[in-house]
Amino acid sequence: MPREIDREGVRRLVDQGAQLVEILPAHEYEEEHLPGAVNLPLRRLEEQAAEVLDRHRAVVVYCWDSA
Amino acid sequence: MGFTQVYDYVAGKLDWLAAGGPIEGTSAGRPRAGEVARGDVPTCGLDERLGEVQGRVRAAGWDACVVVNQERVVLGLLRAKELEGDPASRIEAAMRPGPSTFRPHVPIAEMAHRMVDHDLENAPITTSDGRLVGLLLRADAVRNAPEPHDHGG
Repeated sequence: MPREIDREGVRRLVDQGAQLVEILPAHEYEEEHLPGAVNLPLRRLEEQAAEVLDRHRAVVVYCWDSA
Repeated sequence: MGFTQVYDYVAGKLDWLAAGGPIEGTSAGRPRAGEVARGDVPTCGLDERLGEVQGRVRAAGWDACVVVNQERVVLGLLRAKELEGDPASRIEAAMRPGPSTFRPHVPIAEMAHRMVDHDLENAPITTSDGRLVGLLLRADAVRNAPEPHDHGG
């Protein structure tokens, strides 16, 4: 179960080497995303996470907002 | 899948943008409200007297002042009209309380449209937790907007 974090938590984890993952559709990611984030749209997350992400580093996922 | 350290940034991209965080992507270079807003706008506190603030604001070449608390959270606005009030009055009584504020990530073209349409001379730009980034002047928004936005009239 993912742990919830806030903006400061994101900054701290990224400074420590965490991987940022935007799960919004590709066109939204292309328009704007957090620095260094990769795009894994929600429908592809399960199948592609293992090949795209390093399982030994923390992963921070985000979408548009909490809604 | 073997991932043991997974975190959910629940407030998401909207929160990041609203706080003025850096971004990448095709729209990253698009001018936004936070970049165009003037961070050197004069500020004052609730307990000051209008007379003290008037002098300071005019000396700085402004005709507007943002009322903030110690954390720079916006509480009110003194426009030219409010600045002409009784010098003895407290800022709390003289200011226009709770002005509409906008987030730094709003594209400047959108701000220009909105300010022209709603006849706003200026608009405080704040972070998502209400802290002042700067005051956006309509003339600056219009000048920096990449598209035509004056609807005539």
